[in-house]
Amino acid sequence: MAQAIQSRGPVTGTAATPRKRRKFFLLDLYGTAVGKKYAMAITGLMMVGFVVVHMIGNLKMYLGAEDLNHYGEFLRELLVPILPRTVFLWLLRLGLLAAVAIHIHAALSLTRLNRKARSVKYQSPRDYQVATFASRTMRWTGIIVFLFVIWHLADLTWGFANNVGVPAADGEFVRGDAYGNVVRSFERVPVSVLYIVANIALGTHLFHGVWSLFQSMGWNNPRFNKWRKNIAIGVATIVVVGNVSFPIAVLAGIVGK
Amino acid sequence: MSNHLSNLTLKIWRQNGPADAGRFESYRIDSISDEASFLEMLDVLNERLIGEGLEAISFDHDCREGICGTCSLMIDGQAHGPQRGTATCQLHMRKFKSGDTIVIEPWRATAFPILRDLMVDRAPLDRIVEAGGFITAATGGAPDANIIPIPKPVADAAMDAAECIGCGACVAACPNGAANLFTAAKVSHLNLLPQGQAERWSRVEAMVETMDDYFGSCTNHGECEAACPKSISIDFIAMMHKDYRRAKVKNRKLLSQV
Repeated sequence: MAQAIQSRGPVTGTAATPRKRRKFFLLDLYGTAVGKKYAMAITGLMMVGFVVVHMIGNLKMYLGAEDLNHYGEFLRELLVPILPRTVFLWLLRLGLLAAVAIHIHAALSLTRLNRKARSVKYQSPRDYQVATFASRTMRWTGIIVFLFVIWHLADLTWGFANNVGVPAADGEFVRGDAYGNVVRSFERVPVSVLYIVANIALGTHLFHGVWSLFQSMGWNNPRFNKWRKNIAIGVATIVVVGNVSFPIAVLAGIVGK
Repeated sequence: MSNHLSNLTLKIWRQNGPADAGRFESYRIDSISDEASFLEMLDVLNERLIGEGLEAISFDHDCREGICGTCSLMIDGQAHGPQRGTATCQLHMRKFKSGDTIVIEPWRATAFPILRDLMVDRAPLDRIVEAGGFITAATGGAPDANIIPIPKPVADAAMDAAECIGCGACVAACPNGAANLFTAAKVSHLNLLPQGQAERWSRVEAMVETMDDYFGSCTNHGECEAACPKSISIDFIAMMHKDYRRAKVKNRKLLSQV
């Protein structure tokens, strides 16, 4: 049986024949399954950071239109005048886009690896002992969240989905009027239901993902290991409760024109 | 005073060789003592099959006291059967009820080809150990106790990892067919101890990358820990991930000295 360990070349400094050229360090690391898990953990952490900040920012909705729209303008003016307007925001967006791309690429190639590792499935039903619903459905909740994000952008960033099914009297999508756009969007009941379902999928994904990233990165310590699950539950709960409250608040008339 | 179980139905995977498609076949056990071990139950069945001129069912077994790691079997969808922290050889029929249907399948992983019936080839686990699961320095005879002081918690943790008997239940139970728990146990029991420090970083890099060549990747379900007959904790997997991360940097630095 061929041992492909030889293909990666010597792993110690005392090995006899040094190779001429080595792969770029991060690419070499990303070439291994454990390395891809590091990538998933780090990019996942970046996205968790975004999701939490995004939810907290949106809470401004409860302070009224002026506060929310002012906050939106603040994001565009981050680091002004060091950088021109929206430049830093775009840097953040590009970082986030890169994280999404890497997260999905790693997930796809690890899934392919895992399928290959059990090419013949068990022919009798498995009796899982500790795998949770969340851990077993990561791929599905991930796909749901990804599709939802595309809708979310079409709805509240690009705006072309914001006008679908809205009576003409309610006006049209206005760039920069985040508050009005959100209210117009959530007054459509099916859209609110979509946001709620997608956020529950997101919470399920985070529940396993946040715990999992500690394990993948090897951030373990007997003193805080028991907190890792609690942190995951906490992050998932805060994000879901916060995000789900927005469509409900609009439908209940707490947030409105 | 022992009781007897009656009317058991066994659905057992039969496969004539690695290339054969294989199928489940049903066998009836009319009566078996509840003090029989699971493997003894299969022995009784095999005696009967041989008496009838049929082919006996092949399955792996050796010490039958839970220390050699030879026995396997996916019993009712669980690696090593329904009892936690126990290898199949120490599972007893009292865990089952009269009239039960018990499904027995071999372990399935691309790295573990089925040789015959319930027997699989677990050689890739040996490849992982060959890559670094040893200490190169000649250590001579057994040293006197406590010549090398090792803190008690460290010795305990190393011992917990060293409990691994290499049965492969972690791979069998993992939805991804990953061997991270096995590799982590074999890495950690040496990497925790002073004797293992000299080769710590080359060991973890070589063993993880050999594991990569045969097995799937860890998605932190925790099924391996639940299936492990020695209940080895997935904390060791996190420890291995940490050591691998550090090893990649350190070994890279060493390589650039050459």
